[in-house]
Amino acid sequence: MPPGISTSDFYYILPELVLTAGALVVLIADVLLPRERRSALSWVTLAAVGATLASLLPFTSTHVEVAHGLLAVDRFALFFKIVFLVAAAITVLMSVRYLAIEGASPGEYYFLILCATLGMMVMAGGIDLITIFIGLETMAVSFYILAGFIKPNQRSNEAAVKYFLLGAFSLGILLYGMSLMYGLSGTTNLRVMATSFGAMAGDSRLALAVILVVAGVGFKIAAVPFHMWAPDVYEGAPTPVTAFLSVGSKAASFAMLIRIFVEGLPSASEDWRLLFWVLSIATMTVGNFAAVTQTNVKRMLAYSSIAHAGYVLIGIVAGTSRGITATLVYLMVYSFMQLGAFAVVVMLRRADVVGDELKDFSGLASRNPFAAFAMLLFMLSLGGIPPTAGFMGKFWLFSAAIDAHYYWLALIGVLNSAVSLYYYIRIVVFMYVKKETLGSEPTTSPTLAVVLAVAVAATLVLGVYPQLLFNVAAASARTLGAAGATAALR
Amino acid sequence: MSYYLSIILFTPLAGAFVLLLVNKENENAIRWIANVVAFLGFVVSVPLWFWFDPRGADFQFVERAAWIPSVGAEYFLGVDGLSTLLILLTTLMGTIAVLSSWTAITERVKEYYIFLLVLQTGMLGAFMSLDFLLFFLFWEVMLVPMYFLIGIWGSANRLYSAIKFFLYTLVGSVVMLLGILALYFAYHVQTGVYTFDVTQYQKAGFDAGLQWWVFLAFFLGFAIKVPMFPFHTWLPDAHTDAPTAGSVILAAVLLKMGTYGFLRFSLPILPDASHRFVPMMVVLSIIGIVYGALVALAQKDWKRLVAYSSVSHMALVMLGMFALNPVGITGSIVQQLNHGISTGALFLLVGIVYERRHTREISEYGGLSKVMPVYAAIFLIMTMSSIGLPTLNGFIGEFLILQGVFVADKRWAAFAASGIVLGAAYMLYLYQRTMFGKVENPKNERLLDLDNREFATFAPLLVLAVWIGIYPAPFLRRLESSVQHIVVRVSPQYAAKYAECNPTPTPDRVAASSNPAAKFLAAIPCDANGNPLPEKR
Repeated sequence: MPPGISTSDFYYILPELVLTAGALVVLIADVLLPRERRSALSWVTLAAVGATLASLLPFTSTHVEVAHGLLAVDRFALFFKIVFLVAAAITVLMSVRYLAIEGASPGEYYFLILCATLGMMVMAGGIDLITIFIGLETMAVSFYILAGFIKPNQRSNEAAVKYFLLGAFSLGILLYGMSLMYGLSGTTNLRVMATSFGAMAGDSRLALAVILVVAGVGFKIAAVPFHMWAPDVYEGAPTPVTAFLSVGSKAASFAMLIRIFVEGLPSASEDWRLLFWVLSIATMTVGNFAAVTQTNVKRMLAYSSIAHAGYVLIGIVAGTSRGITATLVYLMVYSFMQLGAFAVVVMLRRADVVGDELKDFSGLASRNPFAAFAMLLFMLSLGGIPPTAGFMGKFWLFSAAIDAHYYWLALIGVLNSAVSLYYYIRIVVFMYVKKETLGSEPTTSPTLAVVLAVAVAATLVLGVYPQLLFNVAAASARTLGAAGATAALR
Repeated sequence: MSYYLSIILFTPLAGAFVLLLVNKENENAIRWIANVVAFLGFVVSVPLWFWFDPRGADFQFVERAAWIPSVGAEYFLGVDGLSTLLILLTTLMGTIAVLSSWTAITERVKEYYIFLLVLQTGMLGAFMSLDFLLFFLFWEVMLVPMYFLIGIWGSANRLYSAIKFFLYTLVGSVVMLLGILALYFAYHVQTGVYTFDVTQYQKAGFDAGLQWWVFLAFFLGFAIKVPMFPFHTWLPDAHTDAPTAGSVILAAVLLKMGTYGFLRFSLPILPDASHRFVPMMVVLSIIGIVYGALVALAQKDWKRLVAYSSVSHMALVMLGMFALNPVGITGSIVQQLNHGISTGALFLLVGIVYERRHTREISEYGGLSKVMPVYAAIFLIMTMSSIGLPTLNGFIGEFLILQGVFVADKRWAAFAASGIVLGAAYMLYLYQRTMFGKVENPKNERLLDLDNREFATFAPLLVLAVWIGIYPAPFLRRLESSVQHIVVRVSPQYAAKYAECNPTPTPDRVAASSNPAAKFLAAIPCDANGNPLPEKR
């Protein structure tokens, strides 16, 4: 391996550099701005995210490995980076009023949001266990702090501690699995590893490594039985953080999962497919059935987000290029509907109402028809009813399962999505049928209105005319693996 | 002309958008707009009756445009005789449903009409789509507005009934989606093409083992919608608790989605499996006929009685269909229309007394023919239509079904006939309890008879009931090629006979058929034995 890093490597990590610079600017501006003008930091943060998005432009069809195989700059990474940045931007827009109501200081908050985004971007690009781990830690540490950001709130503190302890524990397991992979192959680069594992199929030490890594990744995507932290953390964390956690962190963990298993462990694919098959069924079933009984909407969305991890795993189990495409499509549409749903919860947070209980949604249709309609759309989309984006996502996942002959998995998946409608519809019932209303009039702020409008538009457009998304996702999935090498997918 | 179907399809949706812009306080304007839009929707669909050429191509007014090319899904619309008639039924019943709601709905009027109009577009889309994914999209779109119609404007137990309807139908349809996907990939294996084009699937000839599984998947989706025993339990609840217009649409159109699905997809795409499942389908249908009728006989709730009569009638439709011969299938389709007309009218009738008295208990009524003579007369005609009295529409459908079933198996026909007898029993018993006798309940003494608006909702149904009963030929003629199309796929042995008695039009035949009588003769479908159908004997 030739030593040193060339200047061209810095060109390829331009987006990451821009984002880092943006995060530092936010931190410095926080010190320089007078206290009463610190809410302007949200615009600085948005500008940083926008600049990062713009700096992705030169790399739309790049397919290289940089820094001697530490990072890949390809369309797969690009797709995820767009998901992260859009999610970050929406989160920032959601946070403006929320932070003002909670009275939290915006400086560190936005800095940590950007740091978490940076970590995610590194995870999506990482093709080396070291890079992936660094990205993961950057993201995770940021989220530990963000989860406990509302200091006077006990639930928030509890969430942070719980998340930190279980997160550290799961990282340990993941790291142990990674160290086994390194020990068995003598390299940390996933693509080199794939070749050296080629001769080791069926080795029990490799199987142990796979199991440990699956468990570690399972924690991150909140797959059953590693999901215990999710409901408490989601409920306790500040709502915009919950939204970002359930979308960004989840998508990044899936990116990492795909990199590790599809790129690094194709020879053990029978093992991890089986494991993910079990995890997928357990995750969607437990997630959905647990969600049915919830009365707190954030907690319900937490369980629903667990269930959605189970659906997305269907694409991984299929393991075909159709399956990976399905995963990408789903994560993209999921971001919009999930963020949109949380935006409505944020909207219901008023000075006098916490706004995350089911009864807080009561009568919303008459008080704020647009927000109620948006929530209706997000719920239908999460449940997979056309003509919403969620249906198109599920269509891809189930078609990937059928294509790869996982009929039972597909059947359990569709039945689960029928179960999920039961609790999604409950929110709709509260909004549209119940009449008693609580607290002051819920109103949208301009930034929240933008979030809702964007999420509604995306959910509808991707549901009615998803062609562009399908093409981009399929093209992105095809770039997995080294350029010119045989495809990593079967 | 080439956008004709799209215009029919999107007129109600456009109306819903217009309604969005109207201030919700302005309820009368909303009512007027909704009625005008619904009527307009019907008016634009009427030319379909005249422009549809019974001797033309299998699918007419075809519109094709790329929708999601990467998965092979298209915006692909087209109609044959079967869908033409169902579309006309939908636009007519939609208009009637909207008109019937004028005084019944006083709360959240704007949302109500928006949901009704969106529902209308969903139903029309499902009948027009020739792309399976597009069909599925419309099929699912119908669920949400119907859920709201029951859940918001329904009676006592509405939330329970609404969610039951929603989840039942949803489970069926998601399993159906898996069936669609299985066909999609099997077709790709066969031809190397990814497409959801139903007309291609109909020609494909899928592997028998695959057909078996896909039939089951489709069965779950369609049988729940029909609904067939034992999946019918959502129907009495949904019907009982739905507002009148909801019941009317549900009975007249939504249930037809299930039978339409069998006719359009299951039979032609999965002919082998259709034959293998005949015993199951027939047994379930017979149970449905008898069980539905017996339960209807025992009902104390007027609306629930009509709902169970629906179970029985739709089971008869299914039995006729699974005779798998031309007569049975023709009868099955005609009976679908009849059921839409007569049961739709029966629900309207219940709705009218419910609006006046706010009870559906049959024992609360009695002697209404004295206070509401016009109402009683219409009710009588619709009762007769429902039980299949000759000269009314029900007779034609039931006769054809019985004939088709008789050819297939005489024992089945015996059960079917028993259902018709029981049907007469529960309907006449209902009529006797509510209309005849003395007015014993003082609350009934001052009931108002139908006003003009209410009468207007029945007028077209009365005309249709008599028209189909006396001169069904124009309907049968439009169905002929559809039926033939299905039969060619599912029972080729009949198709040969069929071709013999209905040769494809040659120039001299077309010339001969300019003579109206010859045209009429030539248009008459043949029965299983190659004989002309009964009404010409």
